[in-house]
Amino acid sequence: MLKTKNITGWGRALSAEVSLARPERISQITAERPAIGNCRSYGDASLNDAGQASIMTRLDRILNFDLETGVLEVEAGICIGELARIFAPQGWLPAVMPGTGFATVGGAITMDVHGKNHHIMGSFGQHVLEITLRQNGGTKTVKPSTALFKATVGGLGQTGVIVSAKLQLLACRGDVMLVTERRMDNWEMFLEALDTSDAPYTVGWIDATAKGAALGRGIIEEGETGPGLVPKAAKSKAVPFNAPHWALSRPIVKLFNAAYFKRVPDMGRTSVKPIQEFFFPLDKIHDWNKLYGKRGFHQFQCVVPIENAPALRDMLEVIAQSGLASPLAVLKRMGDGRAGFMSFPMEGYTLAIDFPNRAAARALIEKLEAMTLAAKGRIYLAKDALSTPEAVQQMYPEHNVWQTQVEKADPDGNLVTDLIRRLNLRKQ
Amino acid sequence: MDETWIILGATSSMARALARALAARGATLILAGRDLTDMKATAADCTARGAADAHVIRFDARKPATFNPILELAEAQSGVLNAAVFVGSMPPQSEISAQPQLIQGVVTDSFTGPAEFLELLAPILEARGSGTVVGVGSVAGDRGRIGNYAYGAAKAGFHTYMSGLRNRLTRAGGHAVTVKPGFIDTAMTWGLQGMFLVASPDDVARDILQGVDRKKNVVYTPFFWRYIMRIIKSVPEPIFKKLSI
Repeated sequence: MLKTKNITGWGRALSAEVSLARPERISQITAERPAIGNCRSYGDASLNDAGQASIMTRLDRILNFDLETGVLEVEAGICIGELARIFAPQGWLPAVMPGTGFATVGGAITMDVHGKNHHIMGSFGQHVLEITLRQNGGTKTVKPSTALFKATVGGLGQTGVIVSAKLQLLACRGDVMLVTERRMDNWEMFLEALDTSDAPYTVGWIDATAKGAALGRGIIEEGETGPGLVPKAAKSKAVPFNAPHWALSRPIVKLFNAAYFKRVPDMGRTSVKPIQEFFFPLDKIHDWNKLYGKRGFHQFQCVVPIENAPALRDMLEVIAQSGLASPLAVLKRMGDGRAGFMSFPMEGYTLAIDFPNRAAARALIEKLEAMTLAAKGRIYLAKDALSTPEAVQQMYPEHNVWQTQVEKADPDGNLVTDLIRRLNLRKQ
Repeated sequence: MDETWIILGATSSMARALARALAARGATLILAGRDLTDMKATAADCTARGAADAHVIRFDARKPATFNPILELAEAQSGVLNAAVFVGSMPPQSEISAQPQLIQGVVTDSFTGPAEFLELLAPILEARGSGTVVGVGSVAGDRGRIGNYAYGAAKAGFHTYMSGLRNRLTRAGGHAVTVKPGFIDTAMTWGLQGMFLVASPDDVARDILQGVDRKKNVVYTPFFWRYIMRIIKSVPEPIFKKLSI
């Protein structure tokens, strides 16, 4: 039976009326409609307005685990955070973890997500050993190095519905994080620190309201796993209603950012935290996306090659001048690891910033996107809600190869989503 | 404490949630149902989550020949033997009215099939002098309503059976818990109109285990259904017969 529901992307700026199936058994999985997980993509990647979709979250079982080798087989609907919770105490972690533990394994594959260790471990798809894919007319086992694998990883769910996957987990020393935080006074210092950091996990928070000499100031966080005991992560709280529109207005964000920056002492500090707190800092506030009010928000995330770092500085300048940014702004160094034709990562720096959904912010994002394109960078489709077919096709040079595989895999276009239609990614 | 749980109807989402909760406390599981492929996945999942062992075996409420192999497997396990029954079927009342012979299946799945199985299990529990039977009924069994009275009648029969079984097992050192779920977010209710205050299968599993550990007799889940049903049961029949709730 189908249930018709109005669903939104995580940014809540786009929504869709979708007829949803929710398979609970392997035999009920079909490739007649696109698969979605916990809808943590910000834009319309998990939307299919006036169409259908299958929610995969009830298929969330662990099918096999080898404690010696760390090879894990799971159904597509299990969450990354759940894997971390179960396996970290046994000495294993998902090799790559995105910023939210609510992302499903299926979603992590189809977006080829990255994490705070991308500079070392690459993307999620690089640690996938095998994918079981349901297509119209049968089930396939897809191995890395095949074209179908590269079209599936980062492939926006267009090659079939992922039933399960085999993952190589990463050995960890325990379920505790040792985290060192240091203040970065400006852009140059920040890039230098990111370039020279040899920590397994590195992430930068950036104050996108700081201007002039303080432009690009922020905090670099470097972490590694360790054994030990820490107080359990605090119980999660929920945002019960939409916040008013002024909650993230310019003066409030400026004040918040200044306080957040000064929170870390001048000389830096090292602390011990539960794993969840380091990897999924926002998950403990359920529905934090409601803080942006009922109009929602957009996240702009781009990556630009190393040599074009000055272009990123220019973008930050434009953002700081606009006064539109929210406190959520992240700067990271990326390696060259990517596993699919449509994967986001490239060697360089990536910047992610949230903006409340307003006309001025949309115009600003359009400008930032043009700057990204000019700097030979690309934007992340898991975040995007505003881009255009022309821009995206230029940013993703292997788009044609992907398209050929997709048309073979799903000739009737059963798996098309709102994102695919908006960016005209498939052949007509 | 060694505990083994037979779970009848192990493909349902409530059963799966209970199996996971039991796995986390190290129980041995005997997953019984019709979809063996799917139950194998659940068994693997439970093992990874801490179950001492997880077996998969065929159970069909309409085929009593499937009962004995399960009992034999259960008898081979040491420690306290328990069972949780999640089987049942709920075709829309309109379908049953159009094809009255469907009632046979509903009653077999929701009442007589599991009751026959439990009647075979009871002497084993009595002999061991321990063990709990969890029987999942439904608030629909508390009063016959125009919307699903055939299903409700089957569940009412099952409730009465459970009450008698509790009477019997108690004197032998065992126990029986009747569970009456309200609206739960399962495949059975997905897309149904008029649902409110829907609980998750994990909530139900938590309530069941609490009921078992505290030796409750009748557990409503979520708890407030006890009060909703108290009101519904107290409406005098001359009025009730005119309502369509």
